[in-house]
Amino acid sequence: MMRHKSVAVWLASAALGTAVAFGATAAVADEQFIPLLSYRVGAYASGGTGIFGGYIDYMNMINQRDGGINGVKLTWEECETEYNTARGVECYERLKNKGALGASMVMPLSTGITYSLIDRVATDKIPLVTIGYGRTDASDGRVFPYVFPMLTNYWSQNTTKIKFIGMREGGMDKLKGKKIVNLYIDIPYGKETIPVLDAQAKKYGFIVTHIPFTAPGNDQQSQWLQIRQIKPDWVILRGYGVNVPVAIKTAAKSGFPRDHMVGVWWSGSEEDTIPAGDAAKGYIAAGFNVAGTNYPVIKDIQKYVYAKNLGNMEDKSRVGSIYYNRGVVYGIITVEAIRKAQEKYGKKTLSGEQVRWGLENLNLDDKHLKQLGAEGFLPALKMSCADHEGSGLAKFQQWDGKQWKVITDWITPDRELVRPMIEQSAAEYAKEKNLTLRDCSKEG
Amino acid sequence: MQFFFEVLIGGLLSGVMYSLVALGFVLIYKASGVFNFAQGSMVFFAALTFVGLLEKGLGFWLALPATLAVMIVLGLVIERIVLRPLINQPQITLFMATIGLSFFIEGLAQLMWGANVRGLELGIQDEPLQWVSDVAGVNVSKFDLVAAGIAAVLVSTLAIFFSRTRIGRALRAVADDHQAALAVGIPLQQIWGIVWAVAGAVALVAGLLWGARNGVQFALTFVALKALPVLILGGFESIPGAVVGGLIVGASEKLAEVYVGPYVGGGIEGWFPYVLALLFLLVRPEGLFGEKIIRRI
Repeated sequence: MMRHKSVAVWLASAALGTAVAFGATAAVADEQFIPLLSYRVGAYASGGTGIFGGYIDYMNMINQRDGGINGVKLTWEECETEYNTARGVECYERLKNKGALGASMVMPLSTGITYSLIDRVATDKIPLVTIGYGRTDASDGRVFPYVFPMLTNYWSQNTTKIKFIGMREGGMDKLKGKKIVNLYIDIPYGKETIPVLDAQAKKYGFIVTHIPFTAPGNDQQSQWLQIRQIKPDWVILRGYGVNVPVAIKTAAKSGFPRDHMVGVWWSGSEEDTIPAGDAAKGYIAAGFNVAGTNYPVIKDIQKYVYAKNLGNMEDKSRVGSIYYNRGVVYGIITVEAIRKAQEKYGKKTLSGEQVRWGLENLNLDDKHLKQLGAEGFLPALKMSCADHEGSGLAKFQQWDGKQWKVITDWITPDRELVRPMIEQSAAEYAKEKNLTLRDCSKEG
Repeated sequence: MQFFFEVLIGGLLSGVMYSLVALGFVLIYKASGVFNFAQGSMVFFAALTFVGLLEKGLGFWLALPATLAVMIVLGLVIERIVLRPLINQPQITLFMATIGLSFFIEGLAQLMWGANVRGLELGIQDEPLQWVSDVAGVNVSKFDLVAAGIAAVLVSTLAIFFSRTRIGRALRAVADDHQAALAVGIPLQQIWGIVWAVAGAVALVAGLLWGARNGVQFALTFVALKALPVLILGGFESIPGAVVGGLIVGASEKLAEVYVGPYVGGGIEGWFPYVLALLFLLVRPEGLFGEKIIRRI
């Protein structure tokens, strides 16, 4: 009965969002449309339901509590991608022109879909926001004006991981001669950090071995046999979905200590550790958001959304989980970018091009985050024309058998190493596509 | 040499897990001559139903027969609604029906129990047996050994059931020619109903073991991909073939990944079994234990 009720609520809120979106032409000044390229079924549904649940709940809370952003209501429509690149592109095309002035921005939650949309969003003038995933060199806003790999890209997070390992070893100089295995899923997302890891190995003198596993990675016996033979000091894990609990359990089977395994943030949710059972105890993962309900922003969602039975999550116990809170982070950035753009263009419905300005000029410092009830919930962020990442900070958390416990403060990335690599890679892309770099000194 | 044996043993034990999934395919193929595309979905459905019932408060020993009953009913319903209307239709029609069935079962499972990832604890530790490590210096998991034992019992039971009973003999007739089997009085609907119900039970066993290892989640449907080269190697209609094929695939893919993989960038175990199966097809198209078909032209 409860299930039917929550399905009904979900359908009702989806219908409401859609209805408001369809009615947008009649009331241009009051609505801002957000297309949601979500996935609620399929292999990555647990990530999709949590993140899009948090995202929708936050936008709903803004509508319920504040009456929208300065009176402009948020509307949205979901399109199921199943984490499939072709379907993602189809969903983008279907939704990009909806709303009074088209899509405000798009967050595809998939590196594959991101790569397929990069050229299209530049033509359509719709910002492509990829928080914690996507194409790393798109952090160079001079080459990618419409792409925003915000908060932290994969190269930055990798340098924070090595810093964390250095801290655990007693200093970066202690990394010399250490053996680190990079266990990754053999798809573009998995391979993304190989160049930066090689550069870091050269810089700090550790030995890195890259070991791929084939997607979906539901059997990793041979990879872990190789790891057992190498006897590494640390294993870095780049997985998503089923391959994460499999990696953790196979590590346990191989006798590798879990507190020397460090996962990327897509390998560090409750959905990764709970299926692994006791084997996950001690496992560490990076994160750009934390878990927990003890933040004013989450309490407001409970007060203004769940108390009115308008919540998106079927399983309410997931509110406050890693993926859910990540969706709330997506919501905060969406709302604050629109609010920022309104400062320049007025408190009305804005186009994607105008929201792009808001993203590029967004400055979420600790004071601002505190006002939003999200102090410590996500790192401070300052965007610019050239820097579409804006932060690069990551915290590390450890699974204690029941929940994630934060074990570090925000760790800064090695920008001296990463930024030149980003600029070089972006310059190669610009040359290949015959693009002219923006002159950021001339942009307001 | 010790490491070689560790890789080999690990591969053979992984192969047993593949065989468990392949068995379900063999059963359906024996009865209808059709590759059941929906077998992976049935594995997922069974495991999800089991953990769903556990979450509803049923104990392990109540949830197990309840899920078994659900799988049997599912098998019977599939026979009644999907297959019976397709009697005497070309095999490709039946195959296409199982593709549709696959999507339906996946959707039904998620609609009934949600898309959340669940853990499944069977009380069997998936950690190396210490005394084996001490004596032989090789890591062998208790879970893998239990899985191998379960597979052995399952294969023996099914082999006896289908080779020593009237149903087993009727199966072969049905697979050869539906119309002829009906003409000699073989109750086709009954045979199909039984086989789909048994395939459902096998899916439950596979689902529980794979679910305990990987967590109960949608990706369980992908384990079916591992079964295809197993079937090509072992033969689509042989129960012992599913086991031998599984062992060959498991051992060869692990050895290839560990010893050949590093020279070609790694990640080869996903496609290596298919290459092996293709090579095997050139030499022995019917598989190791499959029936050699000779047709008069």
